[in-house]
Amino acid sequence: MTAFLTKDTLAEGSWQYRALNAVNPGLDHFSEGLFALVEAGVPVIAGSADLQYSNGLNRFAERYPERYISFGISEQNMVTAAAGLATTGHVPFVATFASFLGLLCCEQIRMDVAYCAQPVRMVGHHTGISLGFYGTSHHATEDIATTRAIADLTVISPADGPQFAEAIKASKDWPEPIYFRIGRGREPDVYAKGTPFTIGKAIEHGIGEELTIIACGLPVHPSLEAAKILNAEGRSVGVIDMATIKPLDREAILKAAGRSKILMTAEEHNVLGGLGSAVAEVLCDEGCGIRLVRHGIHDEYSLIAPPTHLYAHYKLDTAGIVEVARTALAKIR
Amino acid sequence: MKAPEQTSRLTNDYALDPRDLARLREKARFIRLETIRLIEIAKVGHYSSVFSAAEIFAALYYDVMSLKKGEPGWPSRDRFLMGKGHAAVGLFPILEEYGFISKETLDGYTRLGNPLGDHPDMRKVPGIDFSSGSIGHALSAGAGMAWGGRFAKEKFTTFVMTGDGEMQEGQVWEAALFAAAHKLSRLVAIVDRNGWQLDGRVDDVIGIEPLEEKWRSFGWETHVVDGHDLNALVPLLRRLKADETRERPACVIAQTIKGKGVDHMETEPGWHLGYLVPSDAERAIAEIMAREI
Repeated sequence: MTAFLTKDTLAEGSWQYRALNAVNPGLDHFSEGLFALVEAGVPVIAGSADLQYSNGLNRFAERYPERYISFGISEQNMVTAAAGLATTGHVPFVATFASFLGLLCCEQIRMDVAYCAQPVRMVGHHTGISLGFYGTSHHATEDIATTRAIADLTVISPADGPQFAEAIKASKDWPEPIYFRIGRGREPDVYAKGTPFTIGKAIEHGIGEELTIIACGLPVHPSLEAAKILNAEGRSVGVIDMATIKPLDREAILKAAGRSKILMTAEEHNVLGGLGSAVAEVLCDEGCGIRLVRHGIHDEYSLIAPPTHLYAHYKLDTAGIVEVARTALAKIR
Repeated sequence: MKAPEQTSRLTNDYALDPRDLARLREKARFIRLETIRLIEIAKVGHYSSVFSAAEIFAALYYDVMSLKKGEPGWPSRDRFLMGKGHAAVGLFPILEEYGFISKETLDGYTRLGNPLGDHPDMRKVPGIDFSSGSIGHALSAGAGMAWGGRFAKEKFTTFVMTGDGEMQEGQVWEAALFAAAHKLSRLVAIVDRNGWQLDGRVDDVIGIEPLEEKWRSFGWETHVVDGHDLNALVPLLRRLKADETRERPACVIAQTIKGKGVDHMETEPGWHLGYLVPSDAERAIAEIMAREI
C-alpha cells in the first residue's frame, strides 16, 4: 500500500501532518537505514501495524511502495507473517509500539521468529515511558526482559537515530532475528551520522575510577551529560553505552568492574529483567563482588505526564542521573 | 450439510483417475498405520487428529503439491503448514518417503535427541515448511509465504491445514482479513472440520458455525467438501492450485470424522490424545487394513 495521506490532504493539526513535517527527526533514520540496505541489495520488506506515521516508515512506503506491507491493527499477524515472509528469502522489518511488540507479540516472536530462526527485524518504537501521557498500555518497560529471555534473538537498544541507522546497516549479514527498541525520535543525538556500529560491542565513553554508568537507549545521553558534570567537580565517572543487550559485551562489563569502585546501570525499563539484571548476572557469574546500583523504573507502572516530566520524575534526565550517581558515589567505602 | 454452490461449479477436468484413487487410498492407509506404529514408540499421541486428516495428507503430498524428492528446500515447491501441529506424526512418514528424513530418524520418533516430536520443527526436520504447536499462527505464516512468493514471482501455492477448534483463535481471523485484503490468491486454507477439541465437541465448547459464511464474509472463496472422499477432495485441490483467475484466497472446509478408520475412535469421545495398548493396536490395524474409505 502506498502512503495515501499527503501534506496536501491532511489537516495541519493532524498527527500525520506533523509526522510528515518531521516532528520526530530521529525516526527519519529508520527509513534511511532501510534505504541503505535496499541499495546494498538486501531484499528488505518493511511493514507496520497502522503506525507508519509514528515510526517514519511512511518515507519508506513512499519510495518503495512495492516493498511495504500495511498490516492494519494486527500486530501478532504481522510478526508471524513476517516470519513466513522471511522463509521466502526476504528480510522483513516490521514495526509497532514496543509495548505491543515486546508483550502482545511475545509468543509470536518466540515461536515464529526466533524458534523458526528467521532473520526478521522487529522494531519496537516509542519504548520505555516515551509515550508519556498515553499511559501504561503504551509504556514499554518490560520488553527487554521478555525479548532477552528468548533464545537465538538479538536485542539492540540504540541511543539515538544515527546509531539506529548504523545498527540497521550492521544487521546486513547478521544471521539471527533482531529486536530493536528505539525511542520516539526526539532524543538528542549522541553520535554523529555514520559513526560505525558493531553488534555485540559496547561503546566505551570512559571507565570511571570511581563510578561507571552502563546505560542503553535514551538514558545514554543524560548519563554522558551527568558524567561531565560530576567529572567537572573532580569525581571520576565514566559511561558505557551497552547498545546491544544480547549478545551482551561481558568483557566491557568486567573491564569496568575491574577498574571502577561502583557500577550503575541506567535504563528506561523496569529494573527487574532489563539491562541492570543482565549486568548483575555477569557480575555474579564472575564473582566480581562489586556493588551495582540499578537505576530505571522500580517495578511500578509509570505515572501519566508529558515525557520530559516523566524523565524528570523518574530521574532519567541529566539532573536525575546526577542525583542517583551522587548517591552511588556516596556508597563507595 | 448441503452442497455449496462453489463445489457444483467444478468441472471434470481435474477428476481423479481410478488408478490414482486406489493409490491415494493406499497412501491414506499407510499414514494411519504408520501413525499407530510411531505412537507405539512414544506411548501417547494424537491418532484421531491424523486419522481425520489422512486423506488430506494423501491428496496433498501424493497428488496435488509440487515437490521434489530429496530436495526439501526447492524454492518453487508448494508449501504446507499445519495449524494443528499435533498431527505431525502423520506427516513424518511422508517426509521419509520423500527422502527428506531417514528411516532411522523416523524410527527414533520422540526419543532423546531425535528431531521428530509431537509438533513439527522446521529447524530440525527437512521438509517441514514452518514450525507449529501454538495453535492459530499457521495462517499468518502461510500468508507471509504467499506474499513473499508473489513478490518473488514464484508460482507456488501455500496450503495451510488448520483444526476446527483453531477457529477459536483470534489470530486466524487477523490472518484471514490480511490475506483477503492483499488478494493472496495462492493461499489455500483447509479446515479439518472433525468437530472435536480436547474439552469436547467444538460446537459445545465455543461454536464456530456458520463457518463457511464466516470465511466468505472475510473475503475468501469457500468450498465445503467431504474430507475423506478423495474423488471430491483431489479434484477440488487440483483446481484451486491450478486456478490462475482467482483473485482471493480459498478456504476448503473439509468435513471429516475424528478417528476415521478405527470404529471405536470414531464413536468414543476422548481420543484426541491417547494410547492404544498393543492388543487394541492390533485390532485397529486389522480394521484399517480391512476398511475401504
